[in-house]
Amino acid sequence: MQGAATPMLEVKRLRKIYEDASRTVEAIRDVSFSVGQGELVCIVGPSGAGKTTLLKCVAGLLAPTSGGIILEGQPVAGPPPAMAVVFQEYGRSLFPWMSVHDNVALPLKQKKMSAERREELVRDALSSVDLAGVDGAYPWQLSGGMQQRVAIARAVAYEPHVLLMDEPFAAVDAQTRADLEDLIRVLWRRLRVTVLFVTHDIDESVYLGQRVLVMSHAPTIIMEDVAIDLPDERTQLETRSMMRFGELRKHIYSQIQLAKQGWRPPSE
Amino acid sequence: MSAPATNVRARTSARTIVWLQGLAGLAGFAALLEIVPRSGLVSPYYLPPFSTIVVALFDEIHRPQFWTALGDTLEAWAIGLAISLVAGILVGIAIGSSHVLRTLTQSTIEFLRPIPSVALIPLAVLLFGSRIQSTLVLVVYASFWQVLIQVLYGVQDVDPVARETARSYGLGRWAQIRYVIWPTTLPYLMTGVRLAAAVALILAITSEVAIDTQGLGKEIADTESGGAVAAMYAYVIVAGVIGVIVNLAARALERRALAWHPSIRLDSAEAGA
Amino acid sequence: MKSIVRPLRRVTVMLALPAALIATWWFTSAGSQNFYFPPLQTILDTFAKLWFSSQAIPNVLPSLARLSVGFLAAAFLGIAIGVPVGASRTLRNVLEPVLEFLRAVPPPVLVPVLILFTGIGNEMKALVIVSGCIWPVLLNTVAGVRSLDEVLEEVVRSYRITGFARLWHFVLPGASPQIFTGLRQSLSIGIILMVVSEMFAASDGIGFVLVQYQRTFAIPEMWSGIIVLGIIGIVLSLIFRAVEAWILGWYHGLRQSQRAS
Repeated sequence: MQGAATPMLEVKRLRKIYEDASRTVEAIRDVSFSVGQGELVCIVGPSGAGKTTLLKCVAGLLAPTSGGIILEGQPVAGPPPAMAVVFQEYGRSLFPWMSVHDNVALPLKQKKMSAERREELVRDALSSVDLAGVDGAYPWQLSGGMQQRVAIARAVAYEPHVLLMDEPFAAVDAQTRADLEDLIRVLWRRLRVTVLFVTHDIDESVYLGQRVLVMSHAPTIIMEDVAIDLPDERTQLETRSMMRFGELRKHIYSQIQLAKQGWRPPSE
Repeated sequence: MSAPATNVRARTSARTIVWLQGLAGLAGFAALLEIVPRSGLVSPYYLPPFSTIVVALFDEIHRPQFWTALGDTLEAWAIGLAISLVAGILVGIAIGSSHVLRTLTQSTIEFLRPIPSVALIPLAVLLFGSRIQSTLVLVVYASFWQVLIQVLYGVQDVDPVARETARSYGLGRWAQIRYVIWPTTLPYLMTGVRLAAAVALILAITSEVAIDTQGLGKEIADTESGGAVAAMYAYVIVAGVIGVIVNLAARALERRALAWHPSIRLDSAEAGA
Repeated sequence: MKSIVRPLRRVTVMLALPAALIATWWFTSAGSQNFYFPPLQTILDTFAKLWFSSQAIPNVLPSLARLSVGFLAAAFLGIAIGVPVGASRTLRNVLEPVLEFLRAVPPPVLVPVLILFTGIGNEMKALVIVSGCIWPVLLNTVAGVRSLDEVLEEVVRSYRITGFARLWHFVLPGASPQIFTGLRQSLSIGIILMVVSEMFAASDGIGFVLVQYQRTFAIPEMWSGIIVLGIIGIVLSLIFRAVEAWILGWYHGLRQSQRAS
């Protein structure tokens, strides 16, 4: 799957230092990787590993201190139109004063398109996340899992080339999380979109990803780029009980343990 | 990112910067008040330069009638506020702890509350003339509702489980109020105090301007009609300063009360800025 | 039959105490010789005579017109200035002490000041209302804009929603609960200023009429005027609540669902 000539997304020697009045924090020291067109790559690491910082830099929401992001050959200076982000705090990422339908439709109003096309996209997006009937409801009338689905529908309707997800299922119960993980894989296959998925859950990263990037503790670098050689058809029950799943998981887990202890790979 | 510049910036704490910016704003405002009349944009008769106002303020401070007026305003404010606090708390707890009373009085409260205090001005004048009682009528009527509404919110917010527990332990009415209702109500009451204190000051001055009772408002009206414009502005500034002090003190009180009850966090939007 | 009982009960409970109070007032004042407290019947007769005929239009309407103009202008200006100030931390820090001071000046104080500038005409009264009402709206708008949700702000940025769309779909709705708190305070200040400015210097208006009645000891007329002011206060409050419920319906629903959890 890594055959594409020009990668969809390139992160080159990304560095991010936070400065405020009292102290300086180097969140990301040196991160470089690339994501091919249509890949599903997971980023996993201990808490405090700057995963969210990394995602925000990729999304154009945060300016890096040095290094750069290249999306489809163009450098990223601000949020690009070909990208959509799904945040962790679903409760706060939806507009409470708008119905579900209007929430999904609003970003589309920024893109030039006819009203019919917009309605079509909204309808398709909502039905693709199994929320066809609730478009008149308000977000706070829905459960947590449904709210996150609305956020996903909003991202899907936007027709992005790259979908960024920042620990989207961390605040959701285990059963809902399993359903949402499967939903992401289905959407990914159907829409042929490139996905960058940040998570702290190792099992989730192995289950979802084709590759898993393991981050170190801050100042963050990539510890390893693990290829997930599990079959393409994955199910919660079968895939997670495979032996290969267990091996990959164990490997990544031990990497994370090393990261927590401050171990870093020898620099080149 | 030059290192020395970063270090200097890091050393100046953020709070000092905020203070300095605020000070700059005030200084800028004073400068504006100085320049605009002098430049002729606005006639210096209507708006004397800031320096002239400051001089007038110093003159007034040395006159005993300044302090009498200030004292009269504060006296009316304090007495009115105290009466409305006591009344508001007593009535609020009495009504709030009984479901029957609450339902019965709800419509009456909703009807009486929006009636503007100023509607009572002619009645107060007839009954009490320009004496302090007129002011008290206005102040108490307006502030009482602020206190009452907040106390009612507070009593309603009492955890029913806590109340049941108290009752099952045989705590009488008084003990229930003291140990269960009062602590829950306290932060709401502090918000009520803040709102009531501000309203009380407004109505006290209103009474002085409209009814001519003794106080800062009367001085302002008198200096205006007497043509002592700079002195008028001096009194306006004093009134503003009093208002600021009352607001700050009330807000500090409210914050301290709320700090003891972190779980009972009032929505800042509802409490108002 | 059953479907009528519940609302009927509610209406009865609602009217019980007010009806009892009015009845008490009626009966205790019935044979009243007290100059200042005439029988309620007299007051109501005077009320009907005066306010349903000659007095209402030339006095109530100008007062309400001035209040509306002043209040709406203050609301517009307060929000228009409050949004950019709330959005810029520097502006906020610089202006907040000045604004807090201006807001702390008790509004009735402005009446003599503005008489100096603009005499005693309509402009004075409308200006007085604007200059008193603007501060609560302004300061609450600043607070509301300042407390916009950061996650939502990042969502707005990530979807490249900028300019007017950002203002209309994000900033204003997000700050609207706090803005309405300011508007509520402004409304009560506006009513006070409307009355005081008319009592102080006017040729028409409810405040003016009330002072006239009081000065000429026309007591039942004065009481009727008090009732009119009371009714105006109640009606304005109801209108405000209706508008607020319409615009902030989502907010009330949200708060209810938060409290339930």
